[in-house]
Amino acid sequence: MKISLKWLRDYVDPGLPPEEIAARLTMAGLEVKAVHKSGSDWQNVVVALVTEVKQHPNADRLKLATVDLGGRSVTVVCGAPNVQAGQKVPFASVGAWLKDGHTGQPTQLKPAKIRGVVSEGMICAEKELGISEDYSGIMVLPPDAPIGMPLSDYLGDVVLDVEVTPNRPDCMSVMGIAHEVAALTGRAMKSPDLDYEEGGKPVASLASVEIADPDLCPRYCASVISDVKVVPSPPWLQQRLTACGMRPINNIVDATNYVMLEYGQPLHAFDYERLTEHKIIVRRARDGEVITSLDGSERKLGEGMLIIADARRAVAVAGVMGGLDSEISEVTTTILLESASFSPVSIRRTSAGLKLRTEASIRFERGLSRELTMPALRRVTRLILQLAGGTAASGVIDVYPGKLGDKWIRLSATRVHGLLGMEPGIELVERMLGLLGFTCRKTGSPDELEVMVPYWRSDIQGVADLAEEVARIIGYDKIPVTQLSAALPVHEPAPRLAFRETLRDTMVGCGFQEVLTYSLTSEALTCKLTPTCQIYGPEPMKVANPLSQEQSSLRTTLRANLLACLAHNQKHEGGGIRLFEIGKVFLPQEKGQPREIEMLCAVLGGLKQPVSWRGQGKTIDFYDAKGVIEAVSERLGVAVEFAPVVDETFHTGRVAGIIADGAPIGVLGEVHPKVAEGFELGRTTYLIELDIEALLPLASADRRYQLLPRFPSVIRDIAVVLDRSVKWEQVERLVHGLPLVASCQLFDLYEGKPVPEGKKSLAFRMVYQSPDRTLTDEEADKVHQQIIDKLGQELGAVLRG
Amino acid sequence: MAQTSNLDELHKQALADLAQAGDAAALEAWRVRYLGKKSLLNQALRALGELPSEERRTAGAKANQLKISLESGFAERKQAVETVVLTVAAGKSALDVSLPGEPALLGRLHPITRVVREICGIFTNMGFEIAEGPDVETDYCNFEALNIPADHPARDSFSTFWMECPPGSAEPLLLRTHTSPVQIRVMEKRQPPIRIIAPGRVYRYEATDATHESMFYQIEGLAVDRGITMADLKGTLAQFARLFFGPERKTRFRCDYFPFVEPGMECAIDCFACGGKGCRMCGNSGWLEILGAGMVHPEVLRRVGIDPDVYTGFAFGMGVERMPILKYGIDDIRLFYSNDLRFLRQF
Repeated sequence: MKISLKWLRDYVDPGLPPEEIAARLTMAGLEVKAVHKSGSDWQNVVVALVTEVKQHPNADRLKLATVDLGGRSVTVVCGAPNVQAGQKVPFASVGAWLKDGHTGQPTQLKPAKIRGVVSEGMICAEKELGISEDYSGIMVLPPDAPIGMPLSDYLGDVVLDVEVTPNRPDCMSVMGIAHEVAALTGRAMKSPDLDYEEGGKPVASLASVEIADPDLCPRYCASVISDVKVVPSPPWLQQRLTACGMRPINNIVDATNYVMLEYGQPLHAFDYERLTEHKIIVRRARDGEVITSLDGSERKLGEGMLIIADARRAVAVAGVMGGLDSEISEVTTTILLESASFSPVSIRRTSAGLKLRTEASIRFERGLSRELTMPALRRVTRLILQLAGGTAASGVIDVYPGKLGDKWIRLSATRVHGLLGMEPGIELVERMLGLLGFTCRKTGSPDELEVMVPYWRSDIQGVADLAEEVARIIGYDKIPVTQLSAALPVHEPAPRLAFRETLRDTMVGCGFQEVLTYSLTSEALTCKLTPTCQIYGPEPMKVANPLSQEQSSLRTTLRANLLACLAHNQKHEGGGIRLFEIGKVFLPQEKGQPREIEMLCAVLGGLKQPVSWRGQGKTIDFYDAKGVIEAVSERLGVAVEFAPVVDETFHTGRVAGIIADGAPIGVLGEVHPKVAEGFELGRTTYLIELDIEALLPLASADRRYQLLPRFPSVIRDIAVVLDRSVKWEQVERLVHGLPLVASCQLFDLYEGKPVPEGKKSLAFRMVYQSPDRTLTDEEADKVHQQIIDKLGQELGAVLRG
Repeated sequence: MAQTSNLDELHKQALADLAQAGDAAALEAWRVRYLGKKSLLNQALRALGELPSEERRTAGAKANQLKISLESGFAERKQAVETVVLTVAAGKSALDVSLPGEPALLGRLHPITRVVREICGIFTNMGFEIAEGPDVETDYCNFEALNIPADHPARDSFSTFWMECPPGSAEPLLLRTHTSPVQIRVMEKRQPPIRIIAPGRVYRYEATDATHESMFYQIEGLAVDRGITMADLKGTLAQFARLFFGPERKTRFRCDYFPFVEPGMECAIDCFACGGKGCRMCGNSGWLEILGAGMVHPEVLRRVGIDPDVYTGFAFGMGVERMPILKYGIDDIRLFYSNDLRFLRQF
C-alpha cells in the first residue's frame, strides 16, 4: 500500500521526518518497505507564469518565452509546441539538475546561447523532471499553482510503501495508517467532513435495494446524485491517485477510488439510468449467467458467486468488479453510489474462480468492518457533489440485515502481564488503547477494563489481540528480556534421532560426502533404476499441482537421486566420489498419508584413493562397498550377513542382500551397466542401501563388555589351495567351529599360475588364544593341525608348499 | 710417589686419546684400553695392594677419582660423537617436506545438516526436546488447527503443493508449508509443560530462483506452560542469536502477523556486513530478519485441548538455509540441493 505523506497530513500531523515515521510503523507491525521521495532533486526549479511567447528570430521551430518567476522575469528559448502565454509551468534556472530529454541521464543546466539568443534556464517537460516519460511538450501546471514556489514544495511528496499484513485491511487506507501514526506519535486525528446538502427527492422514491442473500451481504448502503457532470478530475485528485499507483479515469470513478484509498472501503458508482427499474438486487448468480466486466471481458459466473443485479440482469460482480454496461460515461447524469459489506470468503472464492483480483476484492477478502460503509458513502457523495456538481437525494439507503452490536472485551492487567511479561499498569493500558481509538470503561475491579473495539478494527477478537495493541504502541523493545523459568518437561528417549546422527557420522568417517536431494522427483528418473526402464518400486504419490515434471511425485527410493547426483559430479570431478544421503522415502498407503520411511543410500565409484605422487591407486570395487557396510555394522554393534538377492538395479552376480537378525535390512552391489548408462555414469558404480527403520531396533540392543585377553596369543599362518567354487564363508565357518580360535584373517587370495586352473589359493592368519592360560606351542600346533585336516576333509583343501 | 705421578700421566694420556676418538669403533677401543678389565687403570688399581697402607689410601683415592673422571669423560664424548653421526646421517636422508601429504579420506556433512545440528544443540541445551512430524500433512494440521481456515487470506503467503489423493479420501493432503503442524501434533498428544524444537523439510509451490526454493528446511520451537511470557520469548531468541551469530550481534523485535500467534513478532539481528548502517545485504535497513515468532494464539491452544486461561506459550519458526546464507554470504539458495561437490566441499 502506497501512502502519500502529503495526503496523510490531512488527518494527522506526525511532526516527524519521514524516516522516523517509517521506522515507527515498521516496529509496530506495518513494515515500510521503501520511502520514495519525489521532488527532492528539483533544486532551482520553481513555478513560473508564461507572460509572453514570441517567435525566435533565427529559427522557425523555436520560440522565445518570457516567464514571471515572482518578482523577476526572464526570457528563454523554448522548442515545445505547446507553450502558450498564461500557462503555469515548471521553470529550471541555471544550476538545476535535470534529466536529459533524450538519454535520461542527469545533467546540470548551464547558460546557453541558442541560435544567437542567450537562454538562462528552461521550461521543463515531465521527462526532464523525472515525473514521467513524456517529452512531447512542456509540463503545464494547474492555474492555481503559486508563482515562484519551489516545485518541490508544490509537487514534491514522500510516499511510504507499506506492507500490510492480511489481518489489517483497515491499514490498506490512508485513514488507517493515520490512526496508527496518531497512536504512535500521540497526536490527534482530524476526521474528514461527511456532511453534504441533501437537496433532491427522497432516495427511497428514486431507487430500491433488496438483499436476497444476506449471508453473503450483511449490509448495502446507497445514495443517488442527479445532474452530475462527468469530466476529468482536478489535478490535485489525479496527483494523489497517481501517487498511490492508480490511474485517473473521470471525476466520478476517481472519487470512488479516492475514498476507497482514504477509508479502505471499496465503492462503486452505477449509471442510474442503466439500472432497470432503478433496482438493486444482491443475489447469488444463476448457473450460466454472464456479465461483461469493466475491463471488457465476458465472464461466466459460477453458481454461488455473489452479484449485484438490477431487475433484469447482473450489473456487477459483488465486491470484485463492476459491469461494463452500467459504467459511468460522459453521458451519465445520474449516479447510484454503492457502499456495501460482503462475505470475505465469498469474495475470495469468486475472485479466485474468475482469476480476477482487484483493489476491491483484496480489501473485501480480508474482512472489512460493516460499520465502514456509511461514513465512506457519505464521504464519497460529498466529494462527488464538489467535483461533479449535481443534487444529492435526501437520505441514503441502508439495508443492514447483518447488524452486529458493539464489540466489548473484558481485559485485566494480570492477563496483559501474563502474556507480555511486563506490568504496564491499567492506566497505561487504557491510554495506549485510547490512542488507537478504543473506548475503555472501568469495571468494578481496579485491575480490569471493559474495552470497546473501534469500528474499523475488524481484526481485534480477544485479550491477546489487545495485549499486542498495547505492546506495539509501547514498543516491543520495551518488553523485558528474561530466560524461561518454568519447570523443565520430562523428555522422552529418542533413539531414532541419535541413531540417525551416529549413522551420518559413521558414513562421514568412512570418507563419504553427505548430500540432501529433493523429496520430489519424477517417475521417469525412478524408472531408470531398471535396465529396461520399467516402473521401479511402488506407484508414487503425485503432486496435484507440480511446478515441473522433474518434481512431480514423491520419491519412493533414494537411489535415483543419488545416482543422478553422482553423474552430475562426475562431470567435473576426477578421482573417486563417495556420496550418501539419509532421508525419507514416501510409500503410499491405501488411503491417507503415506508411510514415511527413513533410508540410507550411498553411491561410490572411481579411484579408491585420491591421485597421489606416490603411485596410482586402485579403483573402488565391490569389496570397498562391502567394507563400508562392515564398518557401519561394527560401529552400530549389529552383526550382518550377506546373502544372494535379486534386484534389478544391480549387475547379476555382483550384488548381495544384507541380513541382520534373519531379516533383510539392505542391499549392496555394482550398479547394472544398463542402469549406469541410463544415468550417464562414466565409471563403474557401487550402491549401498540400508533400511533405517529395520536397522534401528537391532542397533538399540544392549552391548556387553568383554574381558580383555589376559594371556598371550599364538599366531600361525595357513596357505591352502582349494576349488574356486568354495566360498570364503565356508572356510570361516569351519575354522570358527574349533576351540581356541580367536580370529582368522584372510590376507591373500590368488588365482593363476602356478595354482591349477579352477583352483584358488587362500592364505590366512590364525590367532589362537585361551581365556585361562598361556598356550603352549604343542597346544597351538594341535588345533592348527586339526584345522588343516578339517579343511582337507570338508573342503578339499590342500596345504600349499 | 712414582705411582701417583704415573696415574697423572695416564689421566693426561687417556683424555688426549679420548679427544681423538671420532667414531663408535674408536670410542669402543678407547673404552677397552682405559676402562676395560685389562686396562692400565685396572692394572694400576690392582698394584695398589702392594703399597704400604698409608700410601695405599692416598693412591687409592686418587685412582678412584681418575676412574670417575674417565667414565664421565667417556659418556660425554660418546654422546657428542653420536649426535654428530646422527646429524650427518640425517642430512644425507633429509625429506622434501613441501611434497604433498598422502590424501586421507575425508567425508563431510551437508552444510544444512551441520546448521540444523548446531541450532538444535543450542535449544536442547535450553531444555528443548527434538520432535518431528510427517512431510505429507493434512490440511487440518498445516492450516486449520493453526487458525488458518480455508479461504483465509493468510493462505496466500503459503503457496501449497497439494497431493493427488485417491477418490473418497477423508481430507486433503499437502506437502507441509511450514514445520508449525508439529506444534499441533505434539500438543494433541501431551499436556504442558511442553518445550520442543522441530526441524524438518518444508515445501512451497514457488518458482525457484536465487532466493526462492520449492523445498527448504525450517526449525520450529514451542514452549507451553503456566506463566510463559513474551519476555521469555525475547530472552530465548536473544540467547539463540548470541550463541549462533556471536555475542556482538544485536537483536531487534518488531510486531508482525502470523495467524497462529498473538501477539506476533519478527526477530532480526543487526546486519554483520554493515554493522547496522544499511547496505545491499540488509536492503538498507541495517537489520536482517531471522525468524518469526509470537505467543501461541489462544484459539490454537483451545483447539488442542489446552486451556488458554491457564497456560500460555510461545512459538517460533526459522528458515535454516537463511542462516548459512547470512553467515557465509551464499548468493544462491539453489546451491544447497544441487549437491555440487565444489560447493559442498567449502563447508
